[in-house]
Amino acid sequence: VTDELSRKRYEQLVASHLDAAYNLARWLTQNPDDAHDCVQDACMRALRFFGGFRGGDGRAWLLTIVRNTCYSFLQRRQAGGAVLEYDDECMSLVSQEPSNTDNPEVYALRETDARQLEAAIMALPPEYREALVLRELEDFSYKQIADIAGVPIGTVMSRLSRARELLRRRLGTEESP
Amino acid sequence: MTPIRCDECTPLLPLYGDGELDAAQALAVEQHTADCARCKARLTGARELRAAIRRCAPYYRAPDALRQHWDSSPPNAPVSATATAPSRRWQRWIGALAACLVLSLAVNTRLLMRDDNARLSDELLNAHLRSLMADHPADVQSTDQHTVKPWFAGKLDFSPPVRDLASVGFPLAGGRLDYIDHRKVAALIYRRRLHVINLFVWPSAASFSLGPDQQTVTGYNVIHWRADGMEWWAISDLNTTELEDFARQMRKSL
Repeated sequence: VTDELSRKRYEQLVASHLDAAYNLARWLTQNPDDAHDCVQDACMRALRFFGGFRGGDGRAWLLTIVRNTCYSFLQRRQAGGAVLEYDDECMSLVSQEPSNTDNPEVYALRETDARQLEAAIMALPPEYREALVLRELEDFSYKQIADIAGVPIGTVMSRLSRARELLRRRLGTEESP
Repeated sequence: MTPIRCDECTPLLPLYGDGELDAAQALAVEQHTADCARCKARLTGARELRAAIRRCAPYYRAPDALRQHWDSSPPNAPVSATATAPSRRWQRWIGALAACLVLSLAVNTRLLMRDDNARLSDELLNAHLRSLMADHPADVQSTDQHTVKPWFAGKLDFSPPVRDLASVGFPLAGGRLDYIDHRKVAALIYRRRLHVINLFVWPSAASFSLGPDQQTVTGYNVIHWRADGMEWWAISDLNTTELEDFARQMRKSL
């Protein structure tokens, strides 16, 4: 009976956060079929780990599993020779410190077209993309993102700030001083 | 409150935008940005970017195909025991009633256990972290189980099972007394590469065995099981697979 009950609770949990699970997987794997497979895979793992779930934030718990499943998948995909398409420009900017001048940086956001913005987010390295998606689309706090990604809060903050910096440059909304 | 300077305000701006500041800090940022054009422009820029992301970036909802088939594993248990053989009406009622009783009992125990376990795993994590902060996690440092086990004699009211698992890649590093859940417990320290595993052991009050259950507490993996009349809690920053292997090897060795 407990098995049946915990199975029910598990099904409820997954069903109520399936959109969030798919959204994260879709942004991380960058493609609908892989996202579908990863979420299915993650659900099986969630069922296996459900005994270890102590209640609390079910959405964060499920997304942690989805996130880890996606990363294993991305690693396999990379090892299989398929090249992950990150923007070269973005990758090279990663090591660069944000410009630090005395002049006011004025961000005048032009009319952003949805496709352009989606492409710009997709071009971010996955760690940045995930932080941004969890923050802006799922409204998670720094602490929750840190738990999901398994990194300190400081890392979440710097990833978010880099992600935003890269997006601004990419969208050309940063006016040079 | 003293007004903050520009260089103090700048790093707070993203936190302000993300709602991560407390009321006093948020107020300080608001007061500063009211006067400072530079910080105000940054704040506006961040706000516009956020608005654009929320407006334009697609939120991918789970497609119907996934919603119908995310659960591709066969159910563990039959959904309803009464659904199969046709039985007399009263039998069904009694069955349902009994099921309700057992179910509510199970829910209650389960909930209580959940709370209890969450508190315990927090306590264990703290003990683990404390042991790492001190340079010597072990009071008795030895890789020899025949040195570590006798060390506990007279310090505890039980004799913890001590096994060296060096042959399977988890060498014993020593033992220590710790205080968990209002009692003295044995903490056994194992190593895997640079990772430290704390294995907490104490006699169980329950009569049935349990687990293993894996969970993650702020990035640390915790595995609990109950066997041989003992509660076992393994905790480490080691990855899940290897810690599960450790738990398996430990159970096998007993």
